[in-house]
Amino acid sequence: MSGSPRSALLRLPARALRGLVRLATSGNAVVVIVLAFLSSLIVGALIIIPATPSALSAWGDVGSDPLNAIVQSLDAVGNAYGSLLAGAVGSPGGYVQALDLRPADVVSAFSPLSETLVSTTFYLVAGLGIALAFRAGLFNIGGQGQLIAGAIFATWAGFEFPGLPIYLHLPLAILCGAMGGAVVGFIPGLLKAWTGAHEVITSMMLNYVVLSLLTWVVTTRLFQAPPRNEAISKVIAPSAQLPHLAGPDLRVNLGIVLAVLAAIGVAWLLRHSTLGFKFRMVGLNPFAARVAGAGMQRLTVIAMTLSGLLVGLAGAFMVLGVDLQIAPNYGGTYGFDAITVAILGRGSPTGVVLASLLFGAFEAGGRSMQASTGIPLQLVEVLQAVIVLFVAAPGVIRTIYRIRVARTGERVFGGWGA
Amino acid sequence: MSGLAGRLGLLRPGSGDLAPSKSRDLTLAQRRNVGILLVATGVVTLGLFLDQTPAGLHTTFRLAMSPAGHVPSVVVPSLATEAVTGVLTLLLGVLQLVRRSPRLTYLILSVGLAAFGIAFLTWAGKGQTVNFVGLLATSLIEAVPLALGAFSGVLCERSGVINIAIEGQFLIAAFFAAVVASVTHSLWLGLVAGIISGGLVGLILAVFTITYRTDQIIVGVVIDAFALGLTSFLLQALLVPNQTALNSPKVFQPIPIPLLDRIPVLGPVLFDQSVFVYLTVAILIVIQVGLFATRWGLRVRAVGEHPRAADTVGIDVNRTRYLNVMLGGLVAGVGGASFTIGLTGQFSTDMTAGLGFIALAAMIFGRWRPMGALGAALLFGFSDSLQFTFSVLNVPIPSAFLAMFPYVATIVAVAGLVGSARAPAADGQAYSRE
Repeated sequence: MSGSPRSALLRLPARALRGLVRLATSGNAVVVIVLAFLSSLIVGALIIIPATPSALSAWGDVGSDPLNAIVQSLDAVGNAYGSLLAGAVGSPGGYVQALDLRPADVVSAFSPLSETLVSTTFYLVAGLGIALAFRAGLFNIGGQGQLIAGAIFATWAGFEFPGLPIYLHLPLAILCGAMGGAVVGFIPGLLKAWTGAHEVITSMMLNYVVLSLLTWVVTTRLFQAPPRNEAISKVIAPSAQLPHLAGPDLRVNLGIVLAVLAAIGVAWLLRHSTLGFKFRMVGLNPFAARVAGAGMQRLTVIAMTLSGLLVGLAGAFMVLGVDLQIAPNYGGTYGFDAITVAILGRGSPTGVVLASLLFGAFEAGGRSMQASTGIPLQLVEVLQAVIVLFVAAPGVIRTIYRIRVARTGERVFGGWGA
Repeated sequence: MSGLAGRLGLLRPGSGDLAPSKSRDLTLAQRRNVGILLVATGVVTLGLFLDQTPAGLHTTFRLAMSPAGHVPSVVVPSLATEAVTGVLTLLLGVLQLVRRSPRLTYLILSVGLAAFGIAFLTWAGKGQTVNFVGLLATSLIEAVPLALGAFSGVLCERSGVINIAIEGQFLIAAFFAAVVASVTHSLWLGLVAGIISGGLVGLILAVFTITYRTDQIIVGVVIDAFALGLTSFLLQALLVPNQTALNSPKVFQPIPIPLLDRIPVLGPVLFDQSVFVYLTVAILIVIQVGLFATRWGLRVRAVGEHPRAADTVGIDVNRTRYLNVMLGGLVAGVGGASFTIGLTGQFSTDMTAGLGFIALAAMIFGRWRPMGALGAALLFGFSDSLQFTFSVLNVPIPSAFLAMFPYVATIVAVAGLVGSARAPAADGQAYSRE
């Protein structure tokens, strides 16, 4: 009876629907993330409406014209999210126009994607670093300091050896950045191994130590740019710059390729290497790991150092790929946001890739939304925080949407003394 | 794991009062490190400061707010003062190294560091005038939000909930205090709004960490990110276009306390301050007495150290935690309000600039005690206001290194290199009966 391909084809939609329903009620992690995403858009809408004058004034006379208030609100929200999306992945109109192959049109069509990938680069490498520490049961909250240290060292290598050919200079600068981050990650690791000092506290404190170091270092003779009247570093040599991938007008550069390679590397490390196995063992059950004879202290130091190394890479990519010099308060908040990326990605390299794409798209889209609709860029910070809050607390999603969500039983942290 | 360590700790003599870190709990190595630290600072004083101080110079410490004040300034010979304080620090260090008893270790450390502080100021102000009273008054003002944030942390963490969301509570409270004070033209309503909004952030933290048992550090970090995003967004979208109507509150003026404000030195520092300083002192007393001298305090500490035991004797663990986390939010709300309606009279993006995290550091440095937290906040406030004094005196130390001090001090304290800092045993662990 089910022999004919036609009837099978007919039953396909029904089967897909049943599958979707089962997926939606099974408490899959994907469902949680999708619902968290929707929730954040709703929260976002609730703060876009009062921030839009036309919608706000329509609600002012909601008594006389309730329909207009709703229409104006939907219009404001649609406008904001529309320009957010267009700023993140580009607009269909732009791509159609690019078909004429005029360079200016092609650049403007692909510029949103390029910007998304540029931001993704930093979130990805830094997020991988934090995620690696997560997997080893460590909470590296010192990403910002490690990222700045990476930027400082990469900048130094970038301007100090101007004569080198690019195939030597660029790897050297990247390596220096990685080392800078590794040193700052090494300290909390060592302190934890030696004295049991909690890495959350020590790495958080190091953020501010390194931030102060940055303020000082850009005023030293070694770093400060020639007229020496501004607190800003020298510019790195062209031979230390990450080459652009798609022409000089699009900022997307080799950094994204290296970041993806780093993701593959971390995935391999966790899945196939002895060291990665030990990390996961310590992360899942430190007691069992200790009993099994894993050198806990050595693993702690190695995990924190590797974590800092990856985050330091993000700082290097920022300087070598985009900014070319550093100044006080350099680094944005990528080192801090990397924590939320790692949480959203649930500590897995694949998850971090997806989460950093989302955050990169949010950032690029937010900038363009601010430019075209006047809605402040900080909207995306709220959206990001809400998503991660709900993803970290699937129980809340369960309550709000009345669905069953599997308990993940994932515990990252067990108190200061742990 | 901390839970196990805490249970063992309960059985250990000397920590049965559920109050960690008395000096008799210090290990031999920690006491030795205190001695080494003091000897090192003494050597720095005698070697470095003396070497850089030409003979015959004097340091003037001004003890009145204005040069025409009614208290004469103290003028000391720079070289001799540095020599005396340096030798004192060195001797205290040696004493600490040779003696056996663990008692009074913290006293020796405090006196030694105070002597070093005097030597440092004398060296920095050689041949010049140090506005000592001004320095102390600024330190106190800088310390107020730190102390309140740290009290918030103490309230939460003594009941077993880690509060990394202090920074977020500060920002939200600072924002709403400014807006409500501007709209209603009432500073007191602004203060109330700040306190309530801080408490609401505390409620969010409580719901996620206690009811939904989400990882406390993660929720704290995310709440901070959320608060930063929300306040920056609302500032740009609503306040910036209506700056005069929505974001120009007045500022609480200093209230001199009659008679007390005439006391030399202490008067202008302690008794001619804004309402926030007095509130901080009041809250300190309430928390200190409440935590260590009332039944409520004993229950809170029991819940923070060993929730199962507390549950067994009939204490509602999660209700206690809810109450404390929300109380903590209210206290942090006072601190947050002090940024806008206590100091600047205007909300600006990320205006707390990580002070919520220094408050956390102050709580840890103060060993989870209200008095300790206040002491740490004052120390951090002092190191912060030194930056300003040093730039006036042209001291050849980059201010960035002074700015690092609170963080380095906290790392040293947490690592147990000098003294020890132990968190409540169940800090960070959600509780359920299953």
